[in-house]
Amino acid sequence: MQLLGKTNINFVGLRKYAFFLSAILVTVGAIAMVQLIRGQSNLGIDFAGGTSVQLKFEKPFQLDKARHALEINGFKDCELQQFTEGNKLLIQVKKTTAIPLGKVADKIVSIFTKEFTDNKFLVDSTTEIGPKVGKNLQHDTIIAVIFSAIGMIVYLAWRFEFSFGVAAAVATFHDVLSVLGIFHILGKEVNLLLVTALLTLAGYSLTDTVVVYDRIRENLRLRPRDPLADVMNSSINEVLSRTIVTSLTVFLVLVPLFFFGGEVIHDFSFALLIGIIIGTYSSIFVASPIVYQWRKDKKVRIRTRR
Amino acid sequence: MRRSIQWRAGLILLLLALSILFLTPTLIDPLPQWWRKVLPVEKIHLGLDLRGGMHLLLEVEVQKAVESAMDKYASDIKDTLTKKDISFQQVERNSAGKISVLLTDTKANDRFNLIRSDQFANLKVASFLEREGKYQYLLELNPKEVKSIEDSAIRQGLETIRNRIDQFGVTEPVIAPQGENQILIQLPGVKDPQRAVELIGRTALLEFKLVDEENSLEEALKGNMPPGSEILYQKAADKETGVVTRRPFLLKKRALMTGDVLTDARTRIKSDFNEPYVSIDFDARGARLFDQITAENVKKRLAIVLDNNVYSAPVIQERISGGKAQISGSFTPDEAADLAIVLRAGALPAPVKIIQNVTVGPSLGQDSIDRGIRAAIIGSILVVVFMAFYYRFSGLIADWALILNIIYLMGALASMRATLTLPGIAGIILAIGMAVDSNVLMFERIREELRQGKTVRAAVDAGYDKALFTIIDSHVTTLITALVLFQFGTGPIKGFAVTLSLGVMINLFSALIGTKVIFDWINFKKQLKTLSI
Repeated sequence: MQLLGKTNINFVGLRKYAFFLSAILVTVGAIAMVQLIRGQSNLGIDFAGGTSVQLKFEKPFQLDKARHALEINGFKDCELQQFTEGNKLLIQVKKTTAIPLGKVADKIVSIFTKEFTDNKFLVDSTTEIGPKVGKNLQHDTIIAVIFSAIGMIVYLAWRFEFSFGVAAAVATFHDVLSVLGIFHILGKEVNLLLVTALLTLAGYSLTDTVVVYDRIRENLRLRPRDPLADVMNSSINEVLSRTIVTSLTVFLVLVPLFFFGGEVIHDFSFALLIGIIIGTYSSIFVASPIVYQWRKDKKVRIRTRR
Repeated sequence: MRRSIQWRAGLILLLLALSILFLTPTLIDPLPQWWRKVLPVEKIHLGLDLRGGMHLLLEVEVQKAVESAMDKYASDIKDTLTKKDISFQQVERNSAGKISVLLTDTKANDRFNLIRSDQFANLKVASFLEREGKYQYLLELNPKEVKSIEDSAIRQGLETIRNRIDQFGVTEPVIAPQGENQILIQLPGVKDPQRAVELIGRTALLEFKLVDEENSLEEALKGNMPPGSEILYQKAADKETGVVTRRPFLLKKRALMTGDVLTDARTRIKSDFNEPYVSIDFDARGARLFDQITAENVKKRLAIVLDNNVYSAPVIQERISGGKAQISGSFTPDEAADLAIVLRAGALPAPVKIIQNVTVGPSLGQDSIDRGIRAAIIGSILVVVFMAFYYRFSGLIADWALILNIIYLMGALASMRATLTLPGIAGIILAIGMAVDSNVLMFERIREELRQGKTVRAAVDAGYDKALFTIIDSHVTTLITALVLFQFGTGPIKGFAVTLSLGVMINLFSALIGTKVIFDWINFKKQLKTLSI
C-alpha cells in the first residue's frame, strides 16, 4: 500500500509563503517568550511558585459556588478549572499570600470541608512550591536547553556543514516557539510538563530535519552539477512519503493519549499533537529552504563523503 | 552468512531473555521463594506522580544553628567570668550576630584576654574599643567554625529526619541532601500527608522551664514583661467542636533542662481516663538533673515546652528521682505516637522550612497509571495495525522490532532501578516514534530500490545500507540532547532524559540488527522473487 506516488513539488520555490507563515508563528512565540520572561504569562506554579490543589467530588458541583466559597474565605486571586469527568476541580493560587508555604493547601481543603458539607471530596493532589525553587527550576531548564542546542549544532556542523547545523537549530526553535505561542494565545499554562512536551517535540522535529538533510547530502554527491534548488526539491519529495508516514504513526500514538490519557497529560499530549503538525511542516518548508536562502549564491561545501 | 545470522539471532534472544528476567519481578507478585535467592528482584519503580505520595524539599535554616551556637558561647563566657570573679558589665549576642562583651577595668581586660585566647579560640575579635576606662569587644565565630556548624546541622538534620521517617513506617523513602542546604524527601504512598509534614518539619526542641509565679501574668500580657521571663501558650483543641483555644503561661526564659538527655519516649494510656500520654526516660545525667530540679522546686510549677508550645505545666508534688517523666495533654493516639517519635529521634539542630511540597493522592496516581496504560495500549495497537496494513509482511517485521524495543526498554529500566515517571513515559513515546521511524526509513528505501528493479536481497541490503547513516545521524543528535538534559536537567526533565537516551540506544540496536536478521534469514532460506512491502 502506498499513500503517495512520486511527487514533484517545488518546495524551495514556495519558501516565501512558508517564511511568511513561519514569521507569524515565530513572532507570536517570541511575544509569548518575552511575556514569560517578564512574568506576564500564565506561568505554572512549578516555575512561578504557588499552590495548586485538585479535588475530586462525589457529586457534580457548581463552579460559581466554589469560587464564592474561596472568595469569602480570603482567596481572591485564584484560578479554578473544572474537569467535568469525575467531578474534579483544580484550584491554583499563584502568588504565595500572607499564609506561609505549607498552609495554603490546608486552608483551601478546610474551606471546602466547611462550605461543601453535602458533597464529600478526596484530595487528588496538592502542590506547593516556594518562589526560590521555581527560580532554580527556570534556571536549570534554560541551561539544559542552551547546552543541548549547542551540542546538536556542533554535531550537525561536523556531519554536514555549519549552515545545516544552524538551520536545523533554527527549525527546531521555530517549532518550539510556535507551540509556545499557540499555548500562549489559548491562555494555557506554561509548566514543567509543557517544557517536557516541547523537548520531546524538539527531538522529534530534529530527527525529521536530519532525515531530509541526509537525503540532500546524498543527492548532492550524486548530482554535483545540478542547481541546489533542484537537488533540495527532489530530496524533499523523495522522503515525503516517509515524513508523512512517520508523522502519522506518531499521531496514532498521541490521539489516544489526548482523548483517554486523563487530565494530567491532556495539555501535554495536545502540545505534542500540534507540535507534530508544525514539526512536519518545518522539516519540509523551513529547514532546507533556510539552508538554500543562505547558501544559494555560494557552493555548498558539504561533507559528501561519509 | 549462516554463522552471521546465528550469531545475531543469538544476541537478540540472549538480550530478550535477560530483559524478561529483569521484568519478571515487575510482572509477577509475589515472586516464588526460589527466585528471590539467585535472580534479580528489582521492580520498575513508579514515580510519585504515578503511584501517589509526597515529594518534599526542605531548606535547613543553618543560620539559626549558628545563632544558637553563639548564644551558647555567650552564656559560657558569662559563666566563666562569673566563676573567675572578673567584673563585667554586659555579655550578650547582639542583633548582628556578634557577642558583645563590656568590661569595666584594666585588670578584668587582661584576665579576659587570657581566657579568651585559651578557652574561646573559635571566637575572634571583630572589633575592640577602649573608652573612658571601659573595654568593649565584639566577638565573632571564625569562618571555619561557621562552616562546620552549618555542615553538621545539615548532616544531623538528615539523620534525625531519617530516624523519624523510619519510625513513621514508610517503605522505600528517599532522603537525600541536595544543593548547599536542602534536603529532598520522597515518601511513596503516604496516606496522611498532613501528619507526615508535621512529623518531619517539627524542630522538636523539648525544654523544661519554671512557671514565673512571682510576677503577674496579667501585667505581662499588658506589655510589662519582667526581665528574664516570656509568655508561651498552651494549645488545646476541643474534641467535639475542634475549636482551638490558647492559654497563656508566664515562664522563666532559661531552660532548666532540654531534650538531649532523653533515652526513650513511649506512648502509654492512662487507665482511668483512657487518655494517651507520652512517658520519657532520661539518661544518667538527665536523671540527676531532673532529680535536682524537682528537689529544689517542690510546690512550684514546671512547664514542659516543645517548640515553644506549652504541653503541660504540672505542680511538682515531690522530688522525682529515677529518671522518668511524663508529658500529658489532650492528645489523640496519633498525636501522642508522633510526639514520641520526634522525641526519640531527637531535635533538629536547626529549624527546617518546606520550600516544595508535591503530594499526589493515591487515587489520582492509580488513575494516571490506568489511563496512561490504556492510552499507550490503544496507541500501540493502532501503530502495529497500521504498519502491518501499510507494509504488509514487512510491517509485521517492524512490529516485531517494536515489541522487541518495548521489552528491552522495560527490562533496562528494571535492571537500572530507574524510576518511571510521567515525563519518562513521554520519553518512551518519542523513542517508540523513532523506532517506527527507523523502520519506515528503511522500508521506503527498500521500496525505492525495488522500483529500480533490483532483486529482493540486493534491495534489502542497499536499503539498509543507505538508511544506516540517516538513522545514526538522527539518533545521535537526539542522544546528544538527551544526555545534556540528563546532565543539567532536574526532576521531571531528568526522568524524560533517562528513558529517551535508553530508548534511542536500544532502538539503534533493534533497528539495525533486530529486523535485518529476519530479512537475511528469509533471503538465506529461499531466493525471494517479490517482497511483501
